[in-house]
Amino acid sequence: MLSLRSVSAGYGSFRALFDVSLEVAPGEAIGVVGPNGAGKSTLMRVISGMLRSFSGELAFEGRSLTHLPAYRIVEAGIAHVPEHRRLFSKLTVEENLRIGAFLPQARRNYAERSEWVYALFPRLLERRRQLAGTLSGGEQQMVAIGRALMSKPKMLLMDEPSAGLAPLVVEQVFNLVRRIREEGFTVLIVEQNLQQVLEVVDRAYLLEVGRIRLSGSAAELKTNPMIQQAYMGL
Amino acid sequence: MDIFLLEAIINGILLGGVLALLALGLNLIFGVIDVVWICYAELVMCGMYMIFWLHGFFGWPILIASFAAILGVAGLGVLLHLLVISPILGSAPINQLLATGGMLFFLQSLATLLFGTDFRNIGLRLPIIEFGDIFISYSRLLAFGAALIGAVALYLFLSRTYLGIAMRAIAQDREVMGLMGVDQRRIYLITSAVGGALAGLAACLLVLQYDVHPFIGLSFGPITFMICVLGGLGNMIGGFVAAFVMSQIIAIGGYYFSIEISYVLAFVFFIVLMFIRPQGLLAR
Ligand SMILES: Nc1ncnc2c1ncn2[C@@H]1O[C@H](COP(=O)(O)OP(=O)(O)OP(=O)(O)O)[C@@H](O)[C@H]1O
Ligand SMILES: [Mg+2]
Repeated sequence: MLSLRSVSAGYGSFRALFDVSLEVAPGEAIGVVGPNGAGKSTLMRVISGMLRSFSGELAFEGRSLTHLPAYRIVEAGIAHVPEHRRLFSKLTVEENLRIGAFLPQARRNYAERSEWVYALFPRLLERRRQLAGTLSGGEQQMVAIGRALMSKPKMLLMDEPSAGLAPLVVEQVFNLVRRIREEGFTVLIVEQNLQQVLEVVDRAYLLEVGRIRLSGSAAELKTNPMIQQAYMGL
Repeated sequence: MDIFLLEAIINGILLGGVLALLALGLNLIFGVIDVVWICYAELVMCGMYMIFWLHGFFGWPILIASFAAILGVAGLGVLLHLLVISPILGSAPINQLLATGGMLFFLQSLATLLFGTDFRNIGLRLPIIEFGDIFISYSRLLAFGAALIGAVALYLFLSRTYLGIAMRAIAQDREVMGLMGVDQRRIYLITSAVGGALAGLAACLLVLQYDVHPFIGLSFGPITFMICVLGGLGNMIGGFVAAFVMSQIIAIGGYYFSIEISYVLAFVFFIVLMFIRPQGLLAR
């Protein structure tokens, strides 16, 4: 469904990704893990078109994404829940969801989509007239995910959805990722929380200093000695 | 209360409506695109000339001429964005100020070249209304009413429509807008058209009260900028309130002293307030 072939990217003359190749099949949930500064967010930005790649090929459902601007990539069916949520804090919850449904086809289905998102997050229904900036961290993450789902994407990119949340809420976020999978979305998720993310994904890639060091099924990675030592403190 | 003071206050409120409209337009442009159209009042001047020629010279009915002018100035706004603003969007604010400031002189000179420095009047005489002993000009009342309707329409647009919400969102996070499927360039063009249309509406209302000449923009431009800064640049509600504050200072000052002194008072008030509340009147 999504494929990256030796993609390199960075900021100005600085390179943050080197020859990254990656495949995601329809219906899969894939994790991207790695230390701070590894280039995980950069990878997500390149896929969603927030950042242009230096070289390499990106394709989604057989169609090249390489030269598309971000707003065309959403149209193609990839929604990105960015790092730090990036909500419109001075707009209400409902207005944030409206913006998520900006695309013409999403606008037409706004009523049905928003009902679905509110059913997924009943909390947001209570808070829909509240300014997004005044919500708790967990609630804000719900808005960020809900906003991305409003465009009715086929694939969801999530960049550290559990960052900055209390352990109990982190648990809720991972349950949510499970539910989103069950709804049939393809998911690519970046996480620091290695132990927990390996419970919800099928496969994962380990990224270090801009390169893919390791990849495999969740079960394989869980028992990989190098991962256990460096990332799970076992 | 002194009947003439009351009349001055009412006239102040009526003037405030048109100034508020200009402040809304300028704030909208600044809030969404992050540039200041220094030549905003000159767009109003262009609109006034359009009505003068269409109605006064070609004899179009005033309503149709006004409508054409609103569309015409909206078109000028789009042109201004495409030709001047869009190529320098990423450059330093001072360059943007110089570019739109240059447009001010360009438009003034162009008008002088084309139409000379004559004062032109559309020759429409609207009646004066009498309430008890108070006299109010119908054209001012009309201008106030239309300005309020324009402001309400803008409010509804910004709060109810997808485009309006996107315009409010874009100032908060430009980068993330792309992820929402929003093409920034399109939003900028639409904003420029709406900003231009507001200047066009103001032109329709001002042409009923004032003669047109190439430098008429100087009568509204500086006061509009003061109002926007006073209300907090980009703050729509602040600008709206500040417009009525400033127009009252001018009206009441004009009653007690003279109209020239009242403008001096308005400037002094502005400068003093900038020392006390540099973030603007309504900033928290
Ligand atoms: N806007 C930017 N300009 C310049 N360099 C950047 C920018 N964003 C990220 N970088 C650099 O690119 C590298 C990769 O950053 P990235 O944000 O992709 O890391 P990450 O894996 O997401 O880390 P974290 O887990 O801390 O979020 C880092 O060295 C970072 O300093
Ligand atoms: Mg990151």
